[in-house]
Amino acid sequence: MNKHTIRVVVAMSGGVDSSVAAALLVQEGYDVVGMMMRLWSDEAAGGAEHNRCCTPGQMQSARRIANRLGIPFYVLDTKDVFRESVVQYFIDQHREGFTPNPCLECNRRIRFDWLLRHAIALDADYLATGHYARITKNAAGGWLLKKGLDSGKDQSYVLSVMGQEQLSKTLFPVGDYPKANVRRIAGELGLDVANKKDSQDLCFLGNNDYRDFLRIYAPEVMVTGPIMTSTGEILGKHRGLSNYTIGQRKGLGISYSEPLYVLAMNPYKNALVVGTRAELGRDQLEAANFNWVCGVAPADAAFRAEVKIRYRSRPQSALVRMLGSERVRIVFDEPQRDITPGQAAVVYQDDICLGGGVIVKFEDEQSGLQACDKAVDIAW
Amino acid sequence: MNSKRDVYLDYSASTPVDPRVLDAMMPYFSEIYGNSTSSHRQGRLGESAIEDARGRVARILNCKPSEVVFTSCGSESDNLAIRGAAWRARQRGKQVRLITTPVEHSAVINTVIQLGELMDVETVIVPVDRYGAVMLNEFAEACKGGAAIASIIYANNEVGSINELAELAAIARENGVIFHTDAVQAGGQLTLDVEQLGVDLLSLSAHKFYGPKGVGLLYIKDGMDLPSVMTGGGHEGDRRAGTHNTAFIVGLATALELAYTESEERLTHFHQLRDRLIAGILTRVEGAILSGHPAERLPSHASFVLPGIDANALLMHLDMNGIAASSGSACKTGNPEPSTALLALGYTPDEARCGLRLSVGTRTTEADVDFALEVLVNAVGKLRTMERDFVT
Repeated sequence: MNKHTIRVVVAMSGGVDSSVAAALLVQEGYDVVGMMMRLWSDEAAGGAEHNRCCTPGQMQSARRIANRLGIPFYVLDTKDVFRESVVQYFIDQHREGFTPNPCLECNRRIRFDWLLRHAIALDADYLATGHYARITKNAAGGWLLKKGLDSGKDQSYVLSVMGQEQLSKTLFPVGDYPKANVRRIAGELGLDVANKKDSQDLCFLGNNDYRDFLRIYAPEVMVTGPIMTSTGEILGKHRGLSNYTIGQRKGLGISYSEPLYVLAMNPYKNALVVGTRAELGRDQLEAANFNWVCGVAPADAAFRAEVKIRYRSRPQSALVRMLGSERVRIVFDEPQRDITPGQAAVVYQDDICLGGGVIVKFEDEQSGLQACDKAVDIAW
Repeated sequence: MNSKRDVYLDYSASTPVDPRVLDAMMPYFSEIYGNSTSSHRQGRLGESAIEDARGRVARILNCKPSEVVFTSCGSESDNLAIRGAAWRARQRGKQVRLITTPVEHSAVINTVIQLGELMDVETVIVPVDRYGAVMLNEFAEACKGGAAIASIIYANNEVGSINELAELAAIARENGVIFHTDAVQAGGQLTLDVEQLGVDLLSLSAHKFYGPKGVGLLYIKDGMDLPSVMTGGGHEGDRRAGTHNTAFIVGLATALELAYTESEERLTHFHQLRDRLIAGILTRVEGAILSGHPAERLPSHASFVLPGIDANALLMHLDMNGIAASSGSACKTGNPEPSTALLALGYTPDEARCGLRLSVGTRTTEADVDFALEVLVNAVGKLRTMERDFVT
């Protein structure tokens, strides 16, 4: 097929990656349309007027690049649907004592569902984004999601929610390039390549703190409660469970004979469970609502894989045991210190992302300590 | 949609410059370029071109040439009228009241709002009926308390409805209220005879009637004493400072003359195509509502509320198929607010996000209209299907 008859909607953010993605597609001769989503932002809680993903500056930048590339550019009003899905998910997960990663939910519900539908309605054949990941076909004709070529910038973790249908209609033009090359291409195209720091804050908070956000939208998760050891000894008071992260040592405000770490949150008792460094590591977790990129659960009852438990953590060797088609138990070779219910466990074999699920439970064979399992039924 | 066409249906936003207008303007860039206030030959040539233009405009407005003040645009004209009247009233020590409507162009409404904030001015917003027209009894009520100025749009930009201007102006006159009208949308289509209309101040902008952007005028009735908003030299009888934009002023006058000498054929053409559009949309788009008055509306103007259709997304679909349209609720930044005009007409906030305006012009053809209808029906269908399939 002639590329100029293939329409590609590219999700533009005004940043380097999606700009280069658009430019590469134009260079290759596709019929390219730029789109940007206007997302919801937490104005009510004193946050920013603009979602960090679509500030006026970024919008202007994306528009300028689109004009320079000679492609149409549109901004879609995504505020309500983003608020109802991603932001609500974030709030609900915190209420369950979980620490969610809303970027995955955004990819699942917004980018590769809502926006993809808009692209297809506009007669597009593909939706393209600036993610560092690759899509290939295996011998049987199935679509594979692979890590980006530059493993340091790989973003397949947040794409683990994708399925065959989405992959068949998606392009990741920059996934085949190391980030340095992308910056070089951006420079050659006359794009502003100022090295903007990747922010880890949530886009809908602007520069606000997520705790201030939760104080308004889920005040119950910011209620003080006991800090206790795994044996039930009460050591003090916490300021609301959502103020803490697993593995955290500083800022607990209690004195003890040795340093204490956050081991778990117990939302039933509104208790923060702490323990010594020795108690910190966990070697097992359970993940639920598992999405298998290939569309079907593996046939093997158990298999070896590498597992990432946070966006920025390194993959760890583990045994993955099937507990059902959408639920797995993952047993790590080495105990992990920061297994956090609500984050995704994403499973890889070599550079292929097999899929991911939300961590609902962790435990340790030796200590017997378990995190809650309350949110198993929550939609992932 | 395979066939690629460019169909411009946004003549209410702006029009192409008529080639005859452009021809008339051309000598005033590089041949006759003197400053009209200079005493040398170049200056005199410029001055005489401007005064000639003023005379031609005055004939169409049925006013004296001295009552025509050239400005840079319709917004500036509105500012000059409203600020001038408000400042003069304040200078005379009166409590300043301003009367306007909720369906004015932003140049009027934001000027009134700002004066309210900065000058402690009392603003009276007269309600409109469901078509967007000012109700005479409500206006009469508002005028009873007196006011520095009443500013009422001649024909609305968003829904196209035409106000009963002569009646409104008469009510203002009876109450001693200065009457201004923003006639920017009406220019080129409705009568601008200020005697017949009875207005004191009237704003026009050339780019709405096939003249260039960047030039407008304010008719200021003799005896109106407005301080200038743009201060500087003594241009335009001390009412508007700034070197004359000779070429554009010539362009405005030429375009205005053409619009009214050719009005019969133009308006027949507009009417015919607009009615074809309205009939097509009302019969083929389920749930479509014609916004604004069905008959008392601008000949070139069709506007709708398409319930459940995100105007932003619809405009994108139209544009991708080569059709230029607009909406009072859409915006380039993806942050559509319900149209204030549609809200004022009584539409719900949800409906007021679903406005669509299609406006025809001299270059529009029947084939353009039919193509636009095809695309629109198709796009609405796709958007509705998508809305149905996506479940939050």
